[in-house]
Amino acid sequence: MTEILKPTRRGLLRGAAALGATGAIASPLVLREARAQAAFNWKRLSGQSIDVLLVKNPRSDLFQAAEKEFTELTGIKVSSEQVPEQQQRQKAVIEFASGKPSFDVSAISLHVQKRMAAKGKWFADLSPMIKDASLTSPDFNFEDFGAGAVAYARQADGALDTLPYFVDYWMVYYNKELFDAKGVAYPKSMDEMAVAAAKLHDPAKGVAGFVSRGLKNANVPVWACLLLGQGVETTSADGKLLTDTPEAIWAGELYKKLNKDTGPVGSVGFNWNECQTTFMQGRAAMWLDGIGFATPLEDPSKSRIVGKVGYGVTPPGPKAHHAGMFGDGIGISRGSAKKEAAWLYIQFITNKVQQLAMLKAGAGAPARSSAYSDTATIEASKFGKQYFDCLLQSAKIARAALPQIVPVTEFRDVFGVGLTNMIGGADVAAELKKATEAFAPVLAKSEQG
Amino acid sequence: MTSTTLPASSLTNPAQAPAADSQDFTPRYWLFSLPAVLIIASVIVFPWLFTLYMSTQDWKIGGGQEFVGLQNFVELLRDPRFIESMGHTFYYTVLAVVLPILFGTAAALVFHREFPFRGLLRTIFVMPMMATPVAVALVWTMMFHPQLGVLNYLLSLVGIGPQAWVYSPNTVIPTLILVEVWHWTPLVMLIVLGGLAGLPREPYESALIDGANAWHMFRHITLPLVWPFIMVAIVIRTIDALKAFDTIFVITQGGPGTSSETLNIFLYLQAFQFYKIGYASAVVVIFFVIIIMLSLLLLYARQKSKWNA
Repeated sequence: MTEILKPTRRGLLRGAAALGATGAIASPLVLREARAQAAFNWKRLSGQSIDVLLVKNPRSDLFQAAEKEFTELTGIKVSSEQVPEQQQRQKAVIEFASGKPSFDVSAISLHVQKRMAAKGKWFADLSPMIKDASLTSPDFNFEDFGAGAVAYARQADGALDTLPYFVDYWMVYYNKELFDAKGVAYPKSMDEMAVAAAKLHDPAKGVAGFVSRGLKNANVPVWACLLLGQGVETTSADGKLLTDTPEAIWAGELYKKLNKDTGPVGSVGFNWNECQTTFMQGRAAMWLDGIGFATPLEDPSKSRIVGKVGYGVTPPGPKAHHAGMFGDGIGISRGSAKKEAAWLYIQFITNKVQQLAMLKAGAGAPARSSAYSDTATIEASKFGKQYFDCLLQSAKIARAALPQIVPVTEFRDVFGVGLTNMIGGADVAAELKKATEAFAPVLAKSEQG
Repeated sequence: MTSTTLPASSLTNPAQAPAADSQDFTPRYWLFSLPAVLIIASVIVFPWLFTLYMSTQDWKIGGGQEFVGLQNFVELLRDPRFIESMGHTFYYTVLAVVLPILFGTAAALVFHREFPFRGLLRTIFVMPMMATPVAVALVWTMMFHPQLGVLNYLLSLVGIGPQAWVYSPNTVIPTLILVEVWHWTPLVMLIVLGGLAGLPREPYESALIDGANAWHMFRHITLPLVWPFIMVAIVIRTIDALKAFDTIFVITQGGPGTSSETLNIFLYLQAFQFYKIGYASAVVVIFFVIIIMLSLLLLYARQKSKWNA
C-alpha cells in the first residue's frame, strides 16, 4: 500500500516491465482484432437509408433500440416498422408477389414462409456476401451461428436467403410443486408423459395434468412435435405426406389422450395464451410449447408459480428424441437496390452483442452459440440454470417440426380441424385419413407452376 | 305620367316566350354528375367487375393465373367447409337480429316511461354500444376462460358448474350471440325509443275510454305504429350480423374446429391466409347474391310496414 502511495523509480520500472510483458502476450489478439476493425469500413455507405419490415415481438423491439447505434456506426438511416405477425406475413407475401417490395430487409417465420420465400425468389442469397471480406466485418464470425439453425434457414438448393436470428425449441414447462405433491418424477418418455399427466390430473382441485394448444391451426405443432418422437416429420424428404401413417396415428392418439383425458375443460379452443394463463395460475401440471414463455412465467406480477417452474427437454418418443424447432430469419429483398447497406444492417443486428441482449432480455433463444457461453449472463438470469440446460440440450436434438412446403398455413388449418375433432372424441385414424385426402391435392398443386 | 317602351322581344306571345326552357340541357347536366359517376365507377363498379373476373380465374398470390370459368363456383358448392359456414352465418344472423330486437324493444318500452334516474340509466344502458368491437371481444375472451374467467366464477357462486362457453363447439355460437346482444341491444333501443317518442297520444286516449288494457294498447296501437322503426332496426342489425367478423375472429377465429366459422371467416382464410384469390372472389360473388336477395326481401317488408295514414 505504501509502495503505491510513494512510487520509487525502481517500482515504476518494474511496473512498466510487467505491463510490457502483458502487452506482449496479449498483443497478437488485440492487434488482430484492431487491424480487422480498422480494415473494415462501416462508413462506406454512409448517407444511404434502408426500409425494414419486422414482426411485432420483443426481438424487434431490441432491433429498433439498436438502430441509433447502427446509424452512428455506419451513417445509414433505418426506417423500420413492426407489424403484428399475421398481418406481417400477409404484407410480405403481397409485396414480394408484386415484385417491388417497399422494404429492403424483411424478417420471416422460417416455419411458415421458408419454402414460399424460395419458390417466390423473395430474397438475395447471403452466402456470397458472407464470404466477401469487403462486405463482411471480420468479427461477424458466421461459424458462430448454430449449425442446426443455419441448416434450418438454408434452402433445398443450398442458398442461404435468410440469416437465422431466433430459434424456438419446444419443451415441457412443469409445475415442480404439483409434481412433488404427488411424488411424480419428470417423465423419461412421451408415453411416461401421458402416465404422469394422468397421475397429476385433479379436476376436483381445478388442476389439469397437461395443457397444450387445442385451437385449430395452433394445435398442429403440438402433434408434429409428438410425431418427431417416432423419428419422422409430417412429410418425407421428397415431399410426400406422412400424415396418415401408423407413426402419425400414434402421435394423434397421444395428442388426444393428453388433451382429452388430462387437459383442462375447453382446451379445444386454447391457443398458447390460454395455455400460458392456465399454467401460470397453477392450474396445469405440464405445458408443451415453445421455449420463449419463461419471462411471463417468472414474472411475479403475472404468475403464481414463480420459482416453481421446471424446464424439461421434450421427452424422447419410442424411436427418437427430438425437440421441435421453429424460428425466424432475416433477409434482403432480391429487388432491393441497397443490398450492401441492408447486409451491414443484418450483420449489426445479428452480431454477438445483439444476440446476447436477446438472451438477457428473455426475448427468445438466439441462433449464435456464443450467447450461451456467456456464463455471467446465465448466472445473473432469473430463469436459472435448468432453463439454460434445457435450451442447450434442446438445441442439440432440434428438428424442424412443421413441413417445409408452400401451403403451411393450409396444412395447419386442415390438420388442425382434425386434431380439434380428436379432442372432441373423433377417431384419430379416420380424422388423419380425411385430412390427408383433403390436403394432398393442395400440396400437389402448390409445387406446380 | 311616364310611359315605358318595352323592347319588342318582350312582347312576344307568352306561349312562345320560354323557348329557352324547351331547350334540351341534358348533355350539359351530365357534366355535373360526371365526378360522382367516375368515383362510383372506380370504387364500386370496377371492383365488382374485377371481383367477378377474378372469380373465373384460378389465381393464388405468387403463382400463375388461369381461366377456369365457373370451376371455382362448382368447387365451392362441393366444399363442406363452405356449406357449413353458410349454415353458421344464417344461424348467427337470425339470433343476432332477433334477440337484440326483442330485448331492445323491451328496453325502449321501459325507458319510454317516466321514472327516477331514467336519463342516467339510459346513458349507462347505451354505453356498450360505444365500445370498440375488438376491445369488447378481448374483454369477453378473458371472461369466457373456462378455468379463470369471471363468468364461471359467478356461476359457481350460485351453485352452477363451469361452462365451456366459446371453448365448446356446442355452445360457441350462442355464446358469441351473448356478446352481440350485449353490444348491440342499445342501438335497437335507441331506434325504437325514437319511434315511441313520436307516437300520437290520441289513439291511446280513445283506447283508454274504450276500456283497453296495457297489453291491448301495446299489441294494437304501439306495435303497429312503431313497427316501421323496428323494421329499420332489423335492416341495420341484419347488415351488421351478416358482415360480422371482428368479434368472431378475435374470440374464436372460427373455432373450436370450424364450429363458428361464418362466411366472412371462411372468406378471410381463403383470401388472406391461403392467398387463393380466385376462390375467395367466388365466395364474395355468392355472398353478394345472398345479400342482394336478403336486402330486397327486407326492403319489401319495410315498404309494407309503412303507416297507412
